[in-house]
Amino acid sequence: MAFLEVKDLRKNFGDTNVLKGVSFEMDKGEVVSVIGSSGNGKTTLLRCLNFLETPDGGSITVDGACIFPVETTDKKKSTNSSTKFGMVFQNFNLFPQYNALTNVTLAMNLREERALKERKVKGTEKKRLLKEAKAKNEEVAKALLTRVGLGDKMANYPCELSGGQQQRVAIARALAMSPDILCFDEPTSALDPELTGEVLKVIKGLIDEDRTIIIVTHEMGFARNVSDKIIFMADGVIEEMGTPEQIFDHPRSEKTKAFLAKTDE
Amino acid sequence: MEFFTVTQSLLEGFAVTCLLFVLTLVLAVPLGLLISFCTMSKVKAVKGTFKVIVWVIRGVPLMLQLFIVYYLPGMLSPTGLNPFGQLDNFLYFELGIDNGGALIATLIAFVINYAAYFSEIFRGGIESISKGQYEAGQVLGMTKGQIFSKVVLMQVIKRIIPPMSNEIITLVKDTALARVIGVIEIIKVADMFASKAIIWPLFYTGAFYLLFVGLLSLLFNFIEKKLSYYKV
Repeated sequence: MAFLEVKDLRKNFGDTNVLKGVSFEMDKGEVVSVIGSSGNGKTTLLRCLNFLETPDGGSITVDGACIFPVETTDKKKSTNSSTKFGMVFQNFNLFPQYNALTNVTLAMNLREERALKERKVKGTEKKRLLKEAKAKNEEVAKALLTRVGLGDKMANYPCELSGGQQQRVAIARALAMSPDILCFDEPTSALDPELTGEVLKVIKGLIDEDRTIIIVTHEMGFARNVSDKIIFMADGVIEEMGTPEQIFDHPRSEKTKAFLAKTDE
Repeated sequence: MEFFTVTQSLLEGFAVTCLLFVLTLVLAVPLGLLISFCTMSKVKAVKGTFKVIVWVIRGVPLMLQLFIVYYLPGMLSPTGLNPFGQLDNFLYFELGIDNGGALIATLIAFVINYAAYFSEIFRGGIESISKGQYEAGQVLGMTKGQIFSKVVLMQVIKRIIPPMSNEIITLVKDTALARVIGVIEIIKVADMFASKAIIWPLFYTGAFYLLFVGLLSLLFNFIEKKLSYYKV
């Protein structure tokens, strides 16, 4: 059984069918790049995986556990399953009022608070455990920020960082929740061309660590170099799927050929 | 000596002005937040109802609202007695507080009125925060409450400080309306001197307002500076 199984995923926005039955599988440690023109459902696919959109049909299974559709309507459960996925956004979406370090630790600390609340730990015991957890989280966050090359920017606020630096903080923030599958939604599209390199380098580093990654991207060269599998989406369906060689060197579908010819220009 | 006694009397009136200001502010902010949630509700009936309420409250003069709050309960009560008048008597004879009933009526009208204005400022602030902030919180596994309190709120506060400071400064001066239902605030005190043909205390009250608003402006500048370390 594959690590991630997406079957017949559907999503409509009003009368528009954005996803018309998308199915694919990926194994642990694989890197899948999703390519295609804008408006063909790539981002919607990622957003469905992260529960930012609720699919209208189909199923999502991670590591044998079905996370959509869920039988229970228990809201807590659905937040838990959503953290199986991590998400890095095109526009970073860092929290402007927190410095880089707190951007990374915030969600970790809040998760700790929720866990303690669920275990009904109270009073001084709660304070002590929370303090311990916070200290530990801070160490984790510092290590992550150092890894993405921002060891000297931890105290800086997002408005003091370049786009590339902000995106690297966002990557550290997503990693902090230790997601099973990390999703990148056009991580370099909002960056100046000279800043894309530093972000792609960080992503490449994660790939070399055998992380399971899905990237929606317009960086064809990058997709070709790092991916195990390429998914070409057109008109709400997977038009063609295969190894980078199959897709880039021997595309079978006319739509794929036309798209690749356009991006070559 | 006359200047000293006038100042002392005006200060007593100004204490009532300040009390009205502080209590209105403290109560209208949470109520305004509640109303703003209602006007943003996904339930159409709730949203519609509160939009109408905000329209009515913002559409009718505050002075008229004071009259309504003060007189309407008495007109509707079967005994025909004004409950605020009774409250006035009770507070005066039992606790020695003068005009307590009128003050409470004023407070009710002011809190509702200012909550309606605040709610629109809050709504604007909350709706101006990008969807991406909520989504970032969501994919990081935060609950809705956590997203609001830890992510959105500070950004909203930064955005709404300029319009809020405007509204709060207006409130300082609107307290003067309370005199129409018998609250003895600073201008009413000055007016009592005027009825004895001493006019200058009326002009003198301006200094109290100016000083108070000046201090508030300094406070808002300070808060804005404090929050200038991040951009929203």
